[in-house]
Amino acid sequence: MRRYFGRKLFIYALTFIVAVTINWMVPRFMPGDPVLRMLTRTSVSNPDAIAPMRAYYEKVFGLDVPLWKQYLNYWAELFQGNMGVSVWLFPTPVTDVITGAVPYTLALLLPSILLSWWAGNKVGALAARRKWLDNSVLPASYVLTATPYMWLGILLAWSLGLVAGLFPIAGGYSFDRQPTWSAAFLADLLAHWILPFLSLFLVAFGGWAIGMRNLIIYELEADYASYLEALGAPRRLVRRYAFRNALLPQLTGLALQLGVIVAGALVTEIVFGYPGLGSLILNAITNQDYFLLQGVFLFIVLGVLIANFAIDVVYVLVDPRTRIGMQGGSA
Amino acid sequence: MRGRWKYLVAVLATVLLTASACPAKDDAASPAAPAGAGQYPRNETLYTSGTQWGPPNSWNPIIPGHAMGTVGLVYEPLFLFDPQAIKLTPWLAEKGEWTGAKEYTVTLRDGVAWSDGKPLTAEDVKYTVELGKIKAVPYSPLWNWLSAADAVDARTVKFTFSDVRVQEWENWLYENPIVPKHVWSARSEADITTTANEKPIGSGPYQYETHSQDRMVWKKKDAWWATKALNLDVKPKYIVDIANSSNEVAMGLLLQGKLDISNNFLPGVANLVNGNFGITTYYPEAPYMLSANTAMLIPNTTKAPMSDAAFRRAMAYSVDTTKIVEGVYGKIVKASNPTGLLPVWDQFVDQTVATQNGFKFDTAQAKKILADGGYKDTNGDGFVETPDGKAIDLKLIVPSGWTDWMEASRVIAAGLQASGIKVAAEFPDSGAVDDARTAGKFDLLINNWAGLSNTPWTYYNYVFQMPVQAQQFGTNFERYANPQAWELVQKLARTKTDDPAYKTTIGELQKIQLTEMPLIPLWYNGMWSQVNSTVWTNWPSAAANAPKDFPCTWNNLWELGAIKMLTEIKPAA
Repeated sequence: MRRYFGRKLFIYALTFIVAVTINWMVPRFMPGDPVLRMLTRTSVSNPDAIAPMRAYYEKVFGLDVPLWKQYLNYWAELFQGNMGVSVWLFPTPVTDVITGAVPYTLALLLPSILLSWWAGNKVGALAARRKWLDNSVLPASYVLTATPYMWLGILLAWSLGLVAGLFPIAGGYSFDRQPTWSAAFLADLLAHWILPFLSLFLVAFGGWAIGMRNLIIYELEADYASYLEALGAPRRLVRRYAFRNALLPQLTGLALQLGVIVAGALVTEIVFGYPGLGSLILNAITNQDYFLLQGVFLFIVLGVLIANFAIDVVYVLVDPRTRIGMQGGSA
Repeated sequence: MRGRWKYLVAVLATVLLTASACPAKDDAASPAAPAGAGQYPRNETLYTSGTQWGPPNSWNPIIPGHAMGTVGLVYEPLFLFDPQAIKLTPWLAEKGEWTGAKEYTVTLRDGVAWSDGKPLTAEDVKYTVELGKIKAVPYSPLWNWLSAADAVDARTVKFTFSDVRVQEWENWLYENPIVPKHVWSARSEADITTTANEKPIGSGPYQYETHSQDRMVWKKKDAWWATKALNLDVKPKYIVDIANSSNEVAMGLLLQGKLDISNNFLPGVANLVNGNFGITTYYPEAPYMLSANTAMLIPNTTKAPMSDAAFRRAMAYSVDTTKIVEGVYGKIVKASNPTGLLPVWDQFVDQTVATQNGFKFDTAQAKKILADGGYKDTNGDGFVETPDGKAIDLKLIVPSGWTDWMEASRVIAAGLQASGIKVAAEFPDSGAVDDARTAGKFDLLINNWAGLSNTPWTYYNYVFQMPVQAQQFGTNFERYANPQAWELVQKLARTKTDDPAYKTTIGELQKIQLTEMPLIPLWYNGMWSQVNSTVWTNWPSAAANAPKDFPCTWNNLWELGAIKMLTEIKPAA
């Protein structure tokens, strides 16, 4: 067991280092010059001021030292929780910008990932056995899973937001409120959350339902299922075995899908004007904001790694074969 | 299993029902909600959008890029510019006058105070002007021709000039806000141009309330000097400016009445205005919007063949501006006068020069100019080559995502191709376009930074400013060096508006611009403004009895009189 997790942790650490390095490299090798952007925006009109201001901003952004040193500084700062100053939102520190946005993104991502996976698997499993469900859920799921997040988001905003007027279409909470710990404010937050959540939930739900349905059918036709039935085991028991077996590939699928769902959340946030990381990324890219971009990607990389690790742990818990294999390996 | 399925359905249904019940309850509750509950009563709150494209991050009035209203609602200039009368009107100043050949005296109003209670005095004005001695302050070139600012007494400031640039000075007077010395003098030079200046202390009618990633909230101050001095009172108690994630979101909010004034570019707004959606614009029919600035096709004149005036003129004749105005914009903009001067400056257009030297869309004429200039299609690819036989292959760049400009650039490229000039429209991200424009690494681009001001001098300064630097940050992006024209621009800066030489100098500049064609004025970008009158009425419009101040919340427009819009709107009964 220790060896298994040791190896996993080592791989994750390695992935983290590589990801952080790439994350540092990519913006720097993008064409463009963030300091020039600063100078343009602050409309430095006096030619004599250009050189000193350039020097000033390069120092603030830590661009005044050789590349290798920038890289080392980057790591050093990272461990102190310092991700530099945003170019686009100068002079706000990147950490502040991200901590303001992360709660919104997490509040969208976690429930939509977990609930869609859970609900998708349940419904998929049911669909595999009921003709009427199969005929309704399956086509609906195909449509949903093939819908781009953005498109579904626009449809929802238009139908439930603009036409039906049930939900607000923009913002993290009403524009006439200030955050407080009151029931009214929490209800307001929830009302603004529901549409972006739904568009993420529905798309992912479709995918999981289809996957589970196919897996269950496959499992029910496996030898062990026929054998159990031949022995006279109750159908309920057979189904439960099939479900548990089918769950495993779905878990692996969840690990693989995380990145896609995160990307979907970013697009969805833009559609709903939701104050998460989505619009930050978009603007960071167009404004050559190295530091914000690095910070946001770092957060995403960390999140995906942690989630994957959690799935690894869960895998060990739900699949006795992994446990047995590990015990065999360590013996 | 069956039980669990039911359980799941029940949970989902509950979630959906609770959530859908919430907003309904909320809508009913908000108008009656007490102000003390951290909420803004709808009938006392103005919702705006169209200025901020990201989280508010700076309240520093010295440096552009501050939160909506920082200058205008909090910090105020000495004068406002009145675009109807084309003259300055006193604001923080009671009056300003030339008290000598090289001396200008400003008298401040009595009883103007900062929001921390300290009085606004001549020392603050002197301090603000002297901030320009810091080279990184955008208005530092002021000190090339201003020699001293002296506080004569608490309410009088005397400015002494080494070079009396009347137009440029008047431009400075209304474009730059006064900051409190007692707050700012504690800051270092570098701090002054880089501080975020949270919770700004200003003289204006509003003060900082709160902000978050998607909004900026201002709250009305108890006492504002103009209430007493000018009998002006800003009506909204709160102003909530919504940072846009996209124009579509702004349109949705406007249609729902959750936004009172949207200064976003909303494509197809003509349909909304005509379709009884409760949305109005300044004009009830085309062009719907006032003109805010001139969109220009800017050739890089340091590169052949754009370095040839004949070639630039041929380009000017090739662009089908009508198609841009009608096809791309649906008539919410106006085609530009060939001189590029905005409609408010119509009286300065020298009509004889404009008719003699002006250009219009005429492909045949463009072809003729090209042929006369020696541009021929020598390799038979359908496009002309330079007189010395080099192939021409140009790129026109506009920022990706600026859909109106992208469409317009396609029209421009098609027009140029029809004249035989090979041009392709390309759409890099906006940062890359900025870089290319600043560094001069482009063939053709579109820019509209020649905006509304007190004087055509700002326009000609934009067109002709010299010397051409390696990096051009705000003017002369075409990098056109014409010492004679620059001499005239400087002369214009020194000429008083009522001097006959003012008009003749502008006429001479027009002639140079139209014959040399350093850049090509195409259309007037609109002052996008869509209002919903559900909560606030009496918006500025072209209607007979309506106010005529600009219905716009963009930064830099407050000091063009838009601040008065806030004193004129009325809560709907």
